[in-house]
Amino acid sequence: MDSATSELPTHRTPLRDTAETGLKIVVVGGFGVGKTTLVRSVSEIRPLNTEEVMTQAGVGVDETDGLPAKTTTTVAFDFGRISLNDRMVLYLFGAPGQERFWFLWDRLFSGTLGAVVLVDTRRMDDSWYAIDRLEHHGTPFVVAVNRFDDNSVRYSLEEIRQALALPAHVPMVDCDARVRASGKDVLITLVNHLHDLATAKEATL
Amino acid sequence: MTPRKPVDTGDPDRLYLVTGGRSRADESFDLVTLIVSESAPTPGMQSEHARILELCEHPVAVVEIAAELGLPVTVVRILLGDLLDTGRVTARHPRAAASVASLPDSALLQEVLHGLRNL
Repeated sequence: MDSATSELPTHRTPLRDTAETGLKIVVVGGFGVGKTTLVRSVSEIRPLNTEEVMTQAGVGVDETDGLPAKTTTTVAFDFGRISLNDRMVLYLFGAPGQERFWFLWDRLFSGTLGAVVLVDTRRMDDSWYAIDRLEHHGTPFVVAVNRFDDNSVRYSLEEIRQALALPAHVPMVDCDARVRASGKDVLITLVNHLHDLATAKEATL
Repeated sequence: MTPRKPVDTGDPDRLYLVTGGRSRADESFDLVTLIVSESAPTPGMQSEHARILELCEHPVAVVEIAAELGLPVTVVRILLGDLLDTGRVTARHPRAAASVASLPDSALLQEVLHGLRNL
C-alpha cells in the first residue's frame, strides 16, 4: 500500500453505539465558493476527504478480462458530520458543481435529503448548471449566498434570484460560510423547506 | 490529508490488488450506511479487512471508512461485502428514501430540525 495509513488523524471521534440512521445533505457550488468552509464550520469532525473511482459513461469496459479499466477517473470530495441525536447522524458532502462532475453527483448522492447551492456573486455562472441539474432531478434545494468578504458591489437576494432565474418557491439565504451559526442557519433553512414540502405532500395523500 | 485536485487519474493496479481483481461493488452499501464490527480481526486476515474491523468497533459510515483507509468508496464497498458475507460486520442502512424524487416523511425531518437547532 502507499502512504495512506500515515495520513490518518491521530485520533478520531467515534459515533455513539446507538447511531443507526445516516442522512445526507449535499453542498454544491463552483470552485472556491466556500463549500468546504461551510462543511467545516458546522461539522463535529475535521472535514475528511475521500474519493470515488468512476468509469466514464459510454465507454465500453470488459469486466471479465481482469485488466484494469483504462478509462478510470478518480474524483475527490469532502465531507463532514453532525450527530443530530442518539440515533441520527447527518453527513454533509461538498460536491464540485461544474458540469464535468455531475456524473459523480448522480452516482453518489442519490437518497440525499436535499441540497444547498452555495453562490459567490462574483462567479454566478458556476451556479446555473448546478441549479438546472437539481431541478431536473427533483432534488429540493435552497440557495445560500456566501458573503465572505465585503464585495464592493453587494447584490440583494432578489437581484440574485433574478440573475439565476430562480423560481419564487426556492428559499434564499445570506450566509458567512466561516461562521458556525450562519452555516447552521443555512441547514435549518433547507430542512425547514424540506419539512414544508413533506407536510404539503402528506396533506394530499 | 493530502490535498487533491478535484480530478486525478487513479492507480487502478493498486486498487485491483486490494480487491483481488474484483471491480463490482455491492451497491447496497450507501455512503452513509453505518458499519459495526461483530468480531475482532484474526491472524492472517487481509490487512484492509482487519483495519475495517478495528475501525468499526463503534458504528462508522462507509464514506468515513473510505477516508480513514485512503481507499476509494467502490473498493471499500467490495471489502465490506466480504465482511458482511462472513458475518464479521453488520450494516445499518439509511432509513431515508433511496430515490431522490421522494421526500422523507415530515416526522423524520422534524427530528432533523430539532437536532440542528440544538447544535
